[in-house]
Amino acid sequence: MADATTVAKLKEKAKQLRIESVKLVYQAGSGHPGGSLSAADIMAALFYHHMKYDPKRPDWPSRDRFILSKGHCTPLLYSVFADVGYFPKEELATYRRLGRLTGHPNPKLPGVEIATGSLGQGLSVGHGMALAGKLDKKDFYVYVLLGDGELNEGQVWEAAMSAAQYKSDHLIALVDNNKVAQDNLTANLKNIEPVDKKFEAFGWQTFRINGHDIAAIIDALAAAKKIRGKPVIIVADTIKGKGVSYMEGKPDWHGKAPNEELFRKAMEELEKGG
Amino acid sequence: MGGNATTPAMAATRDGYGNALLKIGSDTNIVVLDAGVSDSTRTNKFAEKWPERFFNMGISEGDMVCTAAGLAKCGKTAFATSFICFLLGRSMDQILVSVAYSDSNVKIIGTHAGLAIGEDGPTAQAIGDVSYMRAMPNFIVICPADVVEAEKATLAVAKRKGPAYLRLGRPAVKTIYDDSYKFEIGKASVVAEGNDAAIIASGIMVQESMAAAEILRKEGVNVRVINMSTIKPLDRKAVAEAAKTGAIVTAEDHNIYGGLGSAVAEVIAEEGLNVKFGMMGVKDRFAESDTQKVLFKKYGLDAEAIAAAVRKAVVAKK
Repeated sequence: MADATTVAKLKEKAKQLRIESVKLVYQAGSGHPGGSLSAADIMAALFYHHMKYDPKRPDWPSRDRFILSKGHCTPLLYSVFADVGYFPKEELATYRRLGRLTGHPNPKLPGVEIATGSLGQGLSVGHGMALAGKLDKKDFYVYVLLGDGELNEGQVWEAAMSAAQYKSDHLIALVDNNKVAQDNLTANLKNIEPVDKKFEAFGWQTFRINGHDIAAIIDALAAAKKIRGKPVIIVADTIKGKGVSYMEGKPDWHGKAPNEELFRKAMEELEKGG
Repeated sequence: MGGNATTPAMAATRDGYGNALLKIGSDTNIVVLDAGVSDSTRTNKFAEKWPERFFNMGISEGDMVCTAAGLAKCGKTAFATSFICFLLGRSMDQILVSVAYSDSNVKIIGTHAGLAIGEDGPTAQAIGDVSYMRAMPNFIVICPADVVEAEKATLAVAKRKGPAYLRLGRPAVKTIYDDSYKFEIGKASVVAEGNDAAIIASGIMVQESMAAAEILRKEGVNVRVINMSTIKPLDRKAVAEAAKTGAIVTAEDHNIYGGLGSAVAEVIAEEGLNVKFGMMGVKDRFAESDTQKVLFKKYGLDAEAIAAAVRKAVVAKK
């Protein structure tokens, strides 16, 4: 079970990641705040608690791998990477400008394992990494963060079949199930629910949790790491735009920057929030 | 030349790929993936010998390509194999993002090129692939002419880190090289000498072009035949040398748009080469079902059609 000190520490991290994410989008004048805010607690639990990695040695063969399959959420990814030391914090000023901090991640940036940005590919790539780990008798885990809208891509289900077929453990997928896509609610597009039951039918071990409950996230990840003989998926129910009242649950805030007034409001709310 | 104790007189380029995998397969960093057609692509031989490093992903080409990228990003040299039509048609985006842009050490191996596959018809006749893959940054594009070159090209791309596309054929074709042939990525090979005109060909069209050169030789026209197996990066020097004959005809089992002919035309235009020029290939249309022989005749890909194009270019230069 998660202890109170760890949970408090990770909550504070998630808060700082949310603040940094919105700052990045505001500074760049474009970007994707909604899905960055919804996944902040998940990322805090991964990068500040569960994952084994060393920013000084991004090529360390035994590192755990992380793939941001929902590649548009670079405000959050780069906030984490700058904070843990994959690149200097000052470089954040170049977000979405010439250089390594492209709108969607590319592997020229240390810590990025593979380019993403076209949805639906990350789970297959992660499965390939899990297969390589097994071939090389290494013990690393592969974490793949997917969006719920992304699950409309057929390739996700191809990968779901593959990983079950190869009984690929050490592959842990997480769905940031924030219910909102770019122009609509996901339920109004291709409804993915009951998403946990679907993955279960495909042969996966599934967990369903509140994606803003830090203790639940770290406990689910701990349990997921112990599963052998099959891949694992954690469906984390979240709120898109979490922590900024005018963004919460609104498709409109999938991919745009706030103006100065709304930026100040967001900062105020996020600073106050826990 | 062609065909000796160790190389058959007739064989398909896909066989050369299968043979090469057997040669390098003991290297534990080699992994091979297929999308449920391993008997046709010849990856089955590797699969029998090293089943733990063979991944048959079933009919899901996009998943296969990205799985290969994941394996490659963990240090493997990954060969992702299927029929060109489906491998490229279904995975253009996956190849672009997970392989090309990510600079993954993945070899995209497509078999069953062009109208040469015959009876299965247009959904199985890949005629746009060279065009797609030329426009893919970080990729090299190779279309070997015979079993020997296919084997050597496979070995060469395995050794060279980074993305590569091999375009292979289904039918057995005349073997033109023997074991002493030195394949080099980016280097054209002259398979027939001549100074009245030059045919620049790739894949199965190299043999057709050699037959065309034979027809023309009897008419007193001496034609150089150049096997341009590496289509990207193109051997620009070989094109400039060919231009000195005053007449170039390209020949490919591919749409005339975007393939070898286009690549050669770009060099001619960029360098301002003074040469009469013709492009032989599939003239931007879908074919139908029949034998390769019938299709090649009807769609202007056989030796007679190439010879006619060369005659036209030779007359024009006078």
